[in-house]
Amino acid sequence: MDGRSVSAPPAAQTSRAPGAAFILKKALISAFVALVLFSLMIGVRTEAGPQGQLVYWTRFDDLAVMVAAVFGGSILVELLRRWWGPVDTVRVVPPSVQSALSLARRLVAPVLLVFTFLVPVLFYNERYILDLAILVLTYVMLGWGLNVVVGLAGLLDLGYVAFYAVGAYSYALLATNFGLSFWICLPLAGILAAFWGVLLGFPVLRLRGDYLAIVTLAFGEIIRLVLINWQTLTGGPNGVTGIPRPTLFGIPLTPADDGLAALLGIEFSPTHRIVFLFYIILALALLTNWVTIRLRRLPLGRAWEALREDEVACRALGINTTTTKLTAFATGALFGGLAGAFFATRQGFISPESFTFHESALVLAIVVLGGMGSQLGVALAALAMIGGFELFRGFDQYRMLVFGMAMVLLMIWRPRGLVGHRAPTVFLKHSQAISSDLVKEGHG
Amino acid sequence: MDYFAQQLINGLVLGSIYGLIAIGYTMVYGIVGMINFAHGDIFMIGGFIALITFLILVSFGLTAIPLILLVVLLVSMAITALYGWTVERIAYRPLRHSFRLAPMLSAIGMSFVLSNYSQVTQGARVKPVPPIITGGYTLHEGPEGFIVQLSNVQIIVVVTTIVLLALFTWLVSSTRLGRDMRACSQDQTMASLLGVDVDRTISMTFVIGAALAAVAGMMYLLYYGLVDFFMGFVAGIKAFTAAVLGGIGSLPGAMLGGLLIGLIETLWSAYFSVEYKDVAAFSILIVVLIFLPTGLLGRPEVEKV
Repeated sequence: MDGRSVSAPPAAQTSRAPGAAFILKKALISAFVALVLFSLMIGVRTEAGPQGQLVYWTRFDDLAVMVAAVFGGSILVELLRRWWGPVDTVRVVPPSVQSALSLARRLVAPVLLVFTFLVPVLFYNERYILDLAILVLTYVMLGWGLNVVVGLAGLLDLGYVAFYAVGAYSYALLATNFGLSFWICLPLAGILAAFWGVLLGFPVLRLRGDYLAIVTLAFGEIIRLVLINWQTLTGGPNGVTGIPRPTLFGIPLTPADDGLAALLGIEFSPTHRIVFLFYIILALALLTNWVTIRLRRLPLGRAWEALREDEVACRALGINTTTTKLTAFATGALFGGLAGAFFATRQGFISPESFTFHESALVLAIVVLGGMGSQLGVALAALAMIGGFELFRGFDQYRMLVFGMAMVLLMIWRPRGLVGHRAPTVFLKHSQAISSDLVKEGHG
Repeated sequence: MDYFAQQLINGLVLGSIYGLIAIGYTMVYGIVGMINFAHGDIFMIGGFIALITFLILVSFGLTAIPLILLVVLLVSMAITALYGWTVERIAYRPLRHSFRLAPMLSAIGMSFVLSNYSQVTQGARVKPVPPIITGGYTLHEGPEGFIVQLSNVQIIVVVTTIVLLALFTWLVSSTRLGRDMRACSQDQTMASLLGVDVDRTISMTFVIGAALAAVAGMMYLLYYGLVDFFMGFVAGIKAFTAAVLGGIGSLPGAMLGGLLIGLIETLWSAYFSVEYKDVAAFSILIVVLIFLPTGLLGRPEVEKV
């Protein structure tokens, strides 16, 4: 309803600012469309009655409210657009503001890092904030992991949650069946996930773009369905319970006599474990970040970025696309697996329900929102997304509605993400101001 | 043998439903070159609208089944088509010249919006309907008392599918709109230079795809007797598999792919395990894309630098 038509009629082009009559007409059309769309879905509510017979009742008041909201919203959007002006207008930013912005941009990463380190100190007594911070860091790590595949190598992966699941189940099953400790299982989980990444990578080497996306999606679903149905191994829908907590060099963080608190001679508090978990995930996330940044400077990382820009050119230059793609999948999966193992030990309980397509989409949204390739952008996007979800906690049933709409609006508003410009990290002599907007998207 | 024949019938009916949804994927992919991720949820919305219309008609005391079915079909096609149009207008049209991943992500967002929308407005519980069309024919009675049946619902599903497929094949091959659509799928810029209204043609593609998905939704409702807000996701992926299997961009291919997927799924559930039927369908998707990326009836895509 508020789409910009590409071939606008001449009348609309000559009058840049549409008149009141035009706005009103547009709003009326929108309201009418909304009335038809919502008439049955909102105006009528169905539910299975006491005898299993379907009954329905009408909700015309809700319908009226929604239609009125669309009418008002349409007028508002049109007025905003008038106020904002045409989309492609170049806005002049004064140099003083620009320099201040660039300073802020350089400072934001270290400040954020220091703040993150201090979170357990600042919010020691706020269990809720600590839990939330752990959650955000988990998604930061997942985002950074997926960023290797999507942001650097340009391979659209919709099944990333599969590796998260592999990591989580690897740790859960190894720990509950063989009693292995978290610190032994963590690398194992990462290796297993990387192995699965290669396994997925092999068949999809020849696929590109949307096909690749849909195959990875199918792969993620297959993993989830196998987890649900292979009851003897995974416990099926009931999941795995009683997953052991991590220890500090073999010292458990429990109130027991051999626990950390008793050894240090301080009073036990459950917060110790939360803080410990916080620093584990922070270390894991920073490891992900460090490895990614280092890899980007290696020939391999450069090959990833080249692959993202143009696969055909890559092959012509003699880059081995097979190993390039496989290493991207494996690296991304490795970090997904590590995050999964952490998730399992933090929750103490995992079930296939935690590894649905929604998770993949959420992580992907974080990467895209963060600007595909920007490490800082991904971290900020994870903070915004998970924080935003928390704000909507009271409206839990509308969560996916808001999330979906946000995704659509973001794609329309800033398809390149909030922070990102996918500028290459290496260049000859001086960086040319070619943003990726000007470069044709590779087909990889 | 009788068991196999019965499964064959069931598979063909299920395949018809998949085929109807797959046509929507294949048409949109052929013209815009994107996977309309929200299409499965459009199918789900179609099912819901059919259900609500049916309830209202019955409560008004209408008893003539053919009349009810016709009205339900038309209403759900009309409203669902408007959903398809709106989705294109809101989520895809502004992104038509954006970077390649943008429409895909926007479509994923739209898919979440639609499924959550019907969850919020109609509740999360499965909506069962009593069988609307009963009866059928016994084709063959085996020696052990196993009866091969062809129910009236199955006949209606298959016949409706065939009629609609014929109608839309005619539409694409012999009408002005169909010519425009084919022109747009080959070269949008050139088509617009030659006076084809590209925007309108793309909108109509979405409208037609959504209308067919609505028919599929209604058939699903008639055949299985239930709808829920989550059914669009899996059905959508399977229908997409069907479109890919048949060769994306090809209308008969989508139908053929749908039938094959329906058959494979039914036979797999009958002879191997019901739990892994979705795994089978998804594995086929992967295998087909690896060994037969152009599908059965598709044309190979030439890679240009």
